[in-house]
Amino acid sequence: MKFIKNTLDKMRPSFEKGGKLHAFHSLFDAIDTLMFVPANTTTKGCHVRDAVDNKRTMITVFIALLPALLFGMYNIGFQHYLSIGEIASSTDYCANFWNNFGYGFLKVLPLLLVSYIVGLGIEVVFAQIRGHEVSEGYFVTGLLIPMICPPDVPLWQLALAVAFAVIIGKEVFGGTGYNFLNPALVARAFLFFSYPIQMSGDTVWIAEKADAFSGATPLGEMIAGATLPSASIMDMFIGFMPGCVGETSAIAILIGALILLVSGVASWRVMLSVFAGGAVMGLIFNAVGANDYMNMPFYYHFLIGGFMFGAVFMATDPVTAAHTNTGKYIYGFLIGIMAVLIRVVNPAYPEGMMLAILLMNVFAPLIDYYVVDANIRKRAKRAKLVNNK
Amino acid sequence: MSKAIKITKGLDLNLFGEPMPEVVETFVGEYALKPKDFIGLIPKLLVEEGESVKAGTPLFYAKGKEKVIFTSPVSGTVKQVKRGEKRVIEEVIISAEETVEYLDFGVSSISELSAEQIKEKLLTSGAWTVLRQRPYSVIPNPDTMPKCIIVSGFSSAPLAPDYSILLKGLGAELQVGVDALKKMTGVTIHVNVPAEKGVAEELTKLENVEINTFFGKHPCGNVSVQIEKLDPINKGERVWFLDAQDLVVIGRLFLEGRYNTERLVALTGQEVSHPQYYKVRKGASIASLIYNNTTSAELRIISGNVLSGTKIEKEGFVSAYDNQVTIIKEGNYAEFMGWIAPGTKKFSFSRTFLAGFLTNCCKRKYKVDTNLHGGKRPFVVTGEFEKVFPMDIYPMQLIKACIMEDIDMMEQLGIYEVAPEDFALCELIDSSKTDIQEIISKGLELMRKEMGE
Repeated sequence: MKFIKNTLDKMRPSFEKGGKLHAFHSLFDAIDTLMFVPANTTTKGCHVRDAVDNKRTMITVFIALLPALLFGMYNIGFQHYLSIGEIASSTDYCANFWNNFGYGFLKVLPLLLVSYIVGLGIEVVFAQIRGHEVSEGYFVTGLLIPMICPPDVPLWQLALAVAFAVIIGKEVFGGTGYNFLNPALVARAFLFFSYPIQMSGDTVWIAEKADAFSGATPLGEMIAGATLPSASIMDMFIGFMPGCVGETSAIAILIGALILLVSGVASWRVMLSVFAGGAVMGLIFNAVGANDYMNMPFYYHFLIGGFMFGAVFMATDPVTAAHTNTGKYIYGFLIGIMAVLIRVVNPAYPEGMMLAILLMNVFAPLIDYYVVDANIRKRAKRAKLVNNK
Repeated sequence: MSKAIKITKGLDLNLFGEPMPEVVETFVGEYALKPKDFIGLIPKLLVEEGESVKAGTPLFYAKGKEKVIFTSPVSGTVKQVKRGEKRVIEEVIISAEETVEYLDFGVSSISELSAEQIKEKLLTSGAWTVLRQRPYSVIPNPDTMPKCIIVSGFSSAPLAPDYSILLKGLGAELQVGVDALKKMTGVTIHVNVPAEKGVAEELTKLENVEINTFFGKHPCGNVSVQIEKLDPINKGERVWFLDAQDLVVIGRLFLEGRYNTERLVALTGQEVSHPQYYKVRKGASIASLIYNNTTSAELRIISGNVLSGTKIEKEGFVSAYDNQVTIIKEGNYAEFMGWIAPGTKKFSFSRTFLAGFLTNCCKRKYKVDTNLHGGKRPFVVTGEFEKVFPMDIYPMQLIKACIMEDIDMMEQLGIYEVAPEDFALCELIDSSKTDIQEIISKGLELMRKEMGE
């Protein structure tokens, strides 16, 4: 510890203004503040400050994502070996355990590396140009992006998507805290609309799938007209089904949700209302019952595709969600409604969650506007009453 | 009609260094008036260095409000007029005599005086300056009238002094103070007291007032919160407020005929060896109070409480409206990977630290310092401020309106109802380390300049 501190202190002068390496001071600052919480003291206002900072908040989300990530790695290996026949039955969950995990790990690792190197690289450059510290927002975004991609997404496409998301989705608006779209979903949408062949269909969801094996996700099966997904409820709950890297396991995501809710980092209002909205729309479709997809029990919507992942990790992004507490209920509820609506009614987009959240990201400021406006009207009315007296 | 009001949102920051209920009488050699304590004041000096003054002698007046005069709290000589940048007057320092000589303003009974005479007496003696007005927390213009007056009978801030000690035996003075204000303005006078600890009997026995009881966590003692619950401010309305110890000053003016600002100040905080109460006057130097009474650490001395107080030096003076001095450690240390450590000892409102749970489930006390615990960032987290902000105002939106200097928006969102101190808890728990109180006070200043007081 002392050694690291001394080394950093020794290096500091060359990164300061006038130093040889001043051009890289953002990078140095980022590493320095990562190792040591700075010795800054309060100069204005409140003399004491809470121990929490944005790094702490972000690391909590990061930790909450780990169960889904680790399970995702295992599932990639499992699905791969299942498709090529090395695992005999889809219920042999623990067969070939370490091979499954190792295979998945090696599949996901390059995705993570590309995502972080490209994303953080751009962040550091922007921080340098703008003269502020590297914000920790990308800490989470960088992990989210690979987790919502198919395991076989080409790395160059991923790199492009990350660059697009960070620059157009975030930095042009001023960086973390100023963006109005969830950057991870911007990356996903970029891939979805630019490279549909690699991002949809039945062949992309299992890494290096054998051709003979059907690799359709439950969403794909439902769109194709199945009565119910072929995976059992149990499989879908645990997460043994094809899909994006991190989205398949309901249980792993629920562990993450628990971490987020107990630590208070994510808004329970948003999470709850997304599920409520999904359930309401699902039940409405059940009542209409015009086709098999509509007749699918509403809770299936939570288990298939990215609904749960989106509800827990994407919709709850505080920057792009509604900012008022009342607004959060409305925002979440509409995401749930839209996600199920898009899934069932629009055959062009099998997964409605991504579009639902992006759409509501756009509407969140409008929702807030009306919520705050109610407060303004209340105050104006009070003043009017007094004046009339 | 007296009310009992419950405040559910908020946060009590429990710290070490609560004052013991002991009162020490001590001679303080220097006193000072600091024009900066009075918002928007441009002082015009009436004395020169070396002049001798009595308690009640005018020292300076307010430019633009010429009737508002600031008088000396003690007798002695003007030691120094301390100036800062651009020759702005920072402190008018008086070196005090041991026995205080007073200017005589004449003993008089309230019933014999007219409203105008009472006002005149308050203004000439300098006792008018204990009054402040919402919006803006400025000293009220003598030509205006409030819609009601609030007497703060307690403080809910960390390590706040106990008003039952501050006001002990001062029932008669308080009553005369109330009578004077009542006769002068004719409006309702609210006396706000806490529900549990530290209820001053002298306040609850007052007549001609409404006594309101406040339950709950800090900031239930903040005037803004109390006004909102009792009689909210609308555009163009004014509410006056004053501290109960200052009400005593008004009472004494009529009972004794002199400007007697004798009061208790609590010396608090974990770095104070013997936290206790001191009997001093307005604007006392803290040098003799802290002499041999602090630990040897590098210290942050605060006039007021840790949330909204002002930083002062070792030779500094207690600010005009404070009855508390808090001393804590400076936190200029770097912490290895502090953002990942479990953190059982650190204070946090968020539950990302283990300590967060402990704060919320039991009345745990904390050792705190002035470390910022992180770097400044744009706002990321939402919904946190609302948990500690009990008014019907959207704090984040109002802060942003102030940053934008959008006057219409600020007005619509309730800027008239707040003071920077109301945002102290938001600032405390903000993970983006924004200086929120400064933003609000700049917003208020802008409003004041644009709209007038």
